[in-house]
Amino acid sequence: MKKIRSQTELSAYVERIKAHRDPERTMISLCGGSGCGAYGTGRVKASLEQELSAQGLADKVEVKLTGCHGFCEKGPIMVIHPSGVFYPQMTEERVPEIVDKTIQNGEVVHRFLFKDPVSKKKITYEKDIPFYKHQQRLVLGNNGMISPTNIEDYLAVGGYEALARALFDMSPTDVVDEIKASGLRGRGGGGFPTGIKWETCRRQEGEKYVICNADEGDPGAYMDRSLLEGNPHSVLEGMIIGAVAMGSQAGYIYVRNEYPLAVENLEVAIQQAREMGFLGEDILGSGFDFDILISRGGGAFVCGESTALMASLEGKPGRPRAKYIHTVEKGFRDCPSNLNNVETWSNVPMIINKGADWYASIGTEKSKGTKIFSLVGKVANTGLVEVPMGTTLRTIIDDIGGGVPNKRTFKAVQTGGPSGGCIPERLIDLPVDYERLAEAGSIMGSGGMIVMDERTCMVDLARYFMEFLLEESCGQCVPCREGLKRLLQILTGICQGNGREKDLSLLEELSFTLRDFSLCGLGKTAANPVMSTLRYFRDEYEAHVKEKRCPAGVCPGLFRYEIDAGLCTGCQLCALKCPTEAISGQKKEPHMIDQEKCITCGTCYERCKFDAVVIK
Amino acid sequence: MDKEIDVNLAKIDTLIEKKYKNNIEFLVMILQDITRSYNYIPPQVLPHVARKLGVPLSKVFSLATFYKAFSLEPRGKYVVSVCTGTACHVRGARNIMSGLHNVLKIKEGETTDDLMFTLESVRCMGCCASGPVIRVNNDTHGGLDPDRIIPVISQYREGSS
Repeated sequence: MKKIRSQTELSAYVERIKAHRDPERTMISLCGGSGCGAYGTGRVKASLEQELSAQGLADKVEVKLTGCHGFCEKGPIMVIHPSGVFYPQMTEERVPEIVDKTIQNGEVVHRFLFKDPVSKKKITYEKDIPFYKHQQRLVLGNNGMISPTNIEDYLAVGGYEALARALFDMSPTDVVDEIKASGLRGRGGGGFPTGIKWETCRRQEGEKYVICNADEGDPGAYMDRSLLEGNPHSVLEGMIIGAVAMGSQAGYIYVRNEYPLAVENLEVAIQQAREMGFLGEDILGSGFDFDILISRGGGAFVCGESTALMASLEGKPGRPRAKYIHTVEKGFRDCPSNLNNVETWSNVPMIINKGADWYASIGTEKSKGTKIFSLVGKVANTGLVEVPMGTTLRTIIDDIGGGVPNKRTFKAVQTGGPSGGCIPERLIDLPVDYERLAEAGSIMGSGGMIVMDERTCMVDLARYFMEFLLEESCGQCVPCREGLKRLLQILTGICQGNGREKDLSLLEELSFTLRDFSLCGLGKTAANPVMSTLRYFRDEYEAHVKEKRCPAGVCPGLFRYEIDAGLCTGCQLCALKCPTEAISGQKKEPHMIDQEKCITCGTCYERCKFDAVVIK
Repeated sequence: MDKEIDVNLAKIDTLIEKKYKNNIEFLVMILQDITRSYNYIPPQVLPHVARKLGVPLSKVFSLATFYKAFSLEPRGKYVVSVCTGTACHVRGARNIMSGLHNVLKIKEGETTDDLMFTLESVRCMGCCASGPVIRVNNDTHGGLDPDRIIPVISQYREGSS
C-alpha cells in the first residue's frame, strides 16, 4: 500500500478504487459479527466458497465477510447484492440450492426466505423487512457493505473524506464549532454535549490525549462491539478528526478483552491506516502527527467510568476518583484528556461530511441524530436497531422488534443497563431521548433495551442487577460498597418470602443514600433499578411482602401452578410432559396438579394450548 | 495441584522488553499475555514481573487481584464461560449453568482435576441476540439449550485426546 500525501492524491486513489468496482457484480454479504459467528457463519462461508468453485462461479461472485448486520436473531445472515435478496438462518445445507438457483439463475428460493412473525408473510428483499424498514441506519448502515479488514471498502463508501476536509478545508475551531452546532451528545450514557467537551479540551495547554471508551460493560448492550468489529475505520476517523480539532498527538482505545474479534479488527485497521498515511507522522501531507494505541481492559465494569478508565490506562487498578477537576483538564497522566465512546466517535465523520445543519435536523429538540439500541430479551426480532432520537418505544418494540413473542404481553422495558430503570407498558408511547428517559426514571445509558413480558418478576430483576453491581463495585466508597450489599440482602429476602412491610421504605431510603452520597456515576445510579421498579411495580413488591406471592411466577416458593377446570380440555399433554408425574386426570376430564410433587418447572404452563394452567 | 509449573521467565523478560518496552502502563496487558500462555498467573511470575519493572510486588498483586481477567489459581485447558448478562439471564442462562455443573462435575469457579475444563460465569459478552451463550476459549456457542451442552463439551474433550 502506498502512502497518500495530499487531499488530491486521496481523491484520485478513491476514484481508482471506484472505477475498478462493478456495481452490478454479484456480491454475497455474509455477516461475520459475533452473534452470527456463534451460529456458524464460518461453516457457511467455507461451504459457499466451495460450492461457487464447483459451479465455476468463483471469479464472478465476490463473497464478503462483513461486520454485524444487526438482525442477530436470524443469524447467520446472507444478503445477495445488488438485488438485496435476504436469506436468514443460513446453514451449509442450504448453500448448494441457493448458489444454483439464486446466483446462477436469479431465482429466489422461497422456502429459505424470511417469514415476518407479525404478518406471517415471506419477504424477499432486505429493505422490505419491517425490522430494517423502520430504521435509519446512518452509523450502522455501512456494516453490511464493507469488509472490516479492507480499508479500500471503507474508502469506497466515502471513508476518510471527512478527515481530509478537517485537515485541509477547515480550521480546528471550525471542526469544534461544527460538532457543537450538530448537537451531538455522548452516546456512552451521560449525554454530555460532545462539542462543549472538545472545546474545553482544545483550550487546554500542553500534551493532550484523545481516548475512545470501548469498555462496553453494560450487559445487554453490544453496539460498540459491532461497530468496532464491523466498521473500525469509522471509529478511527472520528478519533483522528477529534485529535485535529483538539490538538492531540496521541490517542488510546480502551477495549474490553472479552471482545477478541474487535481487538483483532482494530489492530488490522490501525496498521492499514498507518500504511496509507491516515495515522502516524505527517497525516496526508498536512504536517499533523497523531497515532493510536490499543489498550485491552482487564475486565472490570467500573472501568467504563472516565476516571477509572484513565487509571486503568496508566496501569493501575481502575478505581474512580472524585471529579473536582474534570478529565478534560486533568485526566490520563494528569494531562487534558478527551474521552468519548465508540458510537460517539463513529458519528463524527458523518457530521463533518454532511454538515451540522443536516445532523441537527434529525432527532428531537435537545437530542440530535440517531441512536443505536440493542433490542434484546422477550422480543420477536432481537438485534441492533438504529433510529432517530425521539422514536417511540412502541415503534422500536412493536414495529421493528415485532412485539413480544409466544402470545405473551409486554410488561416493561429496561433501558440503560444496570444503572438504568424499568419503563412500564403504560409509557410505551414515550419518545426515546435523553430527557424523556430521565423523566421516566431511567437513562439512555449505552442503549441496551431489554424487553420483558409478564413472566419477568420485577423484584427478581432488581435483585439480579444489585447482584451484578455489588460484584462490580470497586469498593472505595461506603454508600456503594455497603449500600448495595444491604439492598441485595433485603431484595433476596423479599424474593424468598421473608420480606417485611418496612423493607420497602428501607429500600427507598438506601437508594437515596446511594444516589446522593456515592463517589462516582456508577454508585450514584446503582439504585435506579430498585427505584424505578418500586415506582412502577410497587404492587408486585407488596404481593411478595404481604401475600408472600410472586405474581410473575418466578420466585421459587412464592407461587404455584393450578389447572383451571373450566379451561382444561383433558388433552393430557401436560401430564405426559410433567417430569415429576405431578399431574393426574382422565382423558377429556379436567386435570389436577399434586402440589406436593410439583417442582414449579413451568413445563405444563409452557405446553398447555388452552391457557388452562394458571399461576396462583 | 500445588506443584509449581515450569515458567519460561526469559520469555517473559523478552515480552516485557520488546513488546511493552518496560512500560509500567502496559502492566495489565503484560499480565494478559502471560495468562494467555499459562491460562493463569503462576506464583513465581508476579515477583519476577515486579522486579523486572522495578515496582513493588504489592502493585502488581493489586492489579492481578482487581481485574477479572486474572487468576492466581491454575485453570483448565478450556475455559468455559457462561454468559449471565441480562439478555441471557432472561433466556435461561441459569439452566445452562446447572447443565454444565452436571456435565463437568464442577461448580462455578472450579477446574476439573485433569486440568481440562474451568467453569466460569461472565457478565455479557455482547452476543445478546443469540442467548443463552457460552464461550469455550475463543469459540462462541449461541442459541443453546441444556440438551446441546453435551455435544459442545464432547467436541473439546475428544479434540484433545
